[in-house]
Amino acid sequence: MKNSVNRDLPEDVMKDLNYKPFETTEIGHPEIQRVAPKVHVSTGDDKVVTSIKQVIKDTLKDGMTISFHHHFRNGDFVFNTVMREIIDAGYKDLTLAPSSLTGVMNDMVIEAIKAGTITNITSSGMRGSLGDFVSHGGLKNPVIFRSHGNRARAIEHGDIKIDVAFLGVPNADALGNANGMEGDAVFGSLGYALMDAQYADKVVLLTDNIVSYPNTPASIKQTQVDYVVKVDKVGDPDKIGSGATRFTKDPKELKIASTVNDVIVNSPYFKDGFSFQTGSGGAALAVTRYLRQAMIDNKIKASFALGGITKPTTDLLKEGLVDKVMDVQDFDKGAADSMHTNANQQEIDASWYADPDNKGAMVDQLDVVILSALEIDTKFNVNVMSGSDGVIRGAIGGHQDAATAKLTIISAPLVRGRIATVVPDVTTVVTPGDSVDVLVTEYGIAINPKRKDLQEALGNLPGVPVYKIEDLQRLAEQKVGKPKPLEFTDRTVAMIEYRDGSIIDTVKEVKD
Amino acid sequence: MEIKETAVAGTLESSDIQIMISKAATGIQIDLQSDVEKQFGDQIRKVITTTLNNLDVTAAKVKAVDKGALDCVIKARTIAAVQRASQTTDQPAWEVL
Repeated sequence: MKNSVNRDLPEDVMKDLNYKPFETTEIGHPEIQRVAPKVHVSTGDDKVVTSIKQVIKDTLKDGMTISFHHHFRNGDFVFNTVMREIIDAGYKDLTLAPSSLTGVMNDMVIEAIKAGTITNITSSGMRGSLGDFVSHGGLKNPVIFRSHGNRARAIEHGDIKIDVAFLGVPNADALGNANGMEGDAVFGSLGYALMDAQYADKVVLLTDNIVSYPNTPASIKQTQVDYVVKVDKVGDPDKIGSGATRFTKDPKELKIASTVNDVIVNSPYFKDGFSFQTGSGGAALAVTRYLRQAMIDNKIKASFALGGITKPTTDLLKEGLVDKVMDVQDFDKGAADSMHTNANQQEIDASWYADPDNKGAMVDQLDVVILSALEIDTKFNVNVMSGSDGVIRGAIGGHQDAATAKLTIISAPLVRGRIATVVPDVTTVVTPGDSVDVLVTEYGIAINPKRKDLQEALGNLPGVPVYKIEDLQRLAEQKVGKPKPLEFTDRTVAMIEYRDGSIIDTVKEVKD
Repeated sequence: MEIKETAVAGTLESSDIQIMISKAATGIQIDLQSDVEKQFGDQIRKVITTTLNNLDVTAAKVKAVDKGALDCVIKARTIAAVQRASQTTDQPAWEVL
């Protein structure tokens, strides 16, 4: 069975898991029935408990689905605390459905898989030892990778039915009103966790900071919360995000960033009231700096900036160059602090941000997005999931979702060391070439042939050579040589969903 | 060229390769560690072997730690290591460059 990006999909797995092959980036106008969580009615007077062990005993059964958020990133203490108790209590056959998995969780997940505690995983991504473990066939059932918007869709649709959500927060009152902005381990927006709070049957907050009632602003509300568990520490503030933003000095990244800026400024979308999203990589941060100058020079303001937010973006908000920041997660302390102090920085949940099955998501209104790539092929398909050795080491994040913007720019170096970024066929298709418009490398740009309008607008910019993407691919191959093809077994270790829940690609077990 | 002592060329920085050459009784043995072993391991060994052949090195032990070096870098580091190991750095082997 092949899908519309020409990927061979395993018929047996597709049938077992009841999946359809990816067809198109168009969502259309289907009618969707959303699900609702069970409510265990209470006045809320006895939610505060001190024993996570007891809460697990009271809420969890074998075979259930549990969830966590990843807003603490590598400073997370909650995941390991809870999973330790669950493994030790001898639970089996759980499905792990976090918003994503960070490096600090890897060892515990591997232990839980080996113990039979976790037998299914759905996540935005995984890296390091866990990606390696799964790519070598460590988990029997394939991991399901979903974008942030698709996770929201899957939760609303009931594809992910969360039985118990364990959500760490830096503050909560005794009834469960909580936000991500005050306390020791602050991370700003609770965007991804808001889905779990809204749809899980049982919502367990863990906090090291119980504050007086009623706690506002309440991102998570008392109406959603079953338990408030007092723990010693929810996270390490120093590892949640980088403290100060570092601007890249790498000439290659700066060259790419200034070219991305040229592309944006000369596109038809760069006008007063435009909107944009950038990532957190070195080049993306530098783009924000170039874009700031271009906005000042051209007397142009943006209506909103979207997605994962960094300090350079909140600086634009402070300067009045951006009217609103729509914030699903904060990558650094500066951005997290800004959410606390600036009313124009709005916390949004993952559904509002990027869910395709919606009455309009923010990404549907987005003009310009700058995204990264591990690989991009001559069909403009992008891989952000598997490394050059075929091993899982990435995350979809909002890549597929934000790529639906009117101008989707992929910024990537032509080669990284000896590995070509522009290749004949990506190892894993995550974002279909149909939703990608311009590739920017340090050598020049390539424009998706479908976008005749952009060919015209960007075809003759001084200092911005335009290549066919096939020529950039050949240039890369000339530099690094032709790699030996990667070897995989027939076994499927992961399914990559497109944002509509269809299958865009699979990841196979690596052979070595 | 005869390998007289152990010598090293190159660093462990990205896009470089560190080549250590030492004496061997007979033949060429290559011990390669590479970040891109799967895709380029054979090619790296081939470049090292060809370069050694061109320098008339018939017996050597090579330990190579590759950090994604391009072929031209692998060749240059191999030549440098051989010239150091054969104590011929004052007479660069221009013809193999």
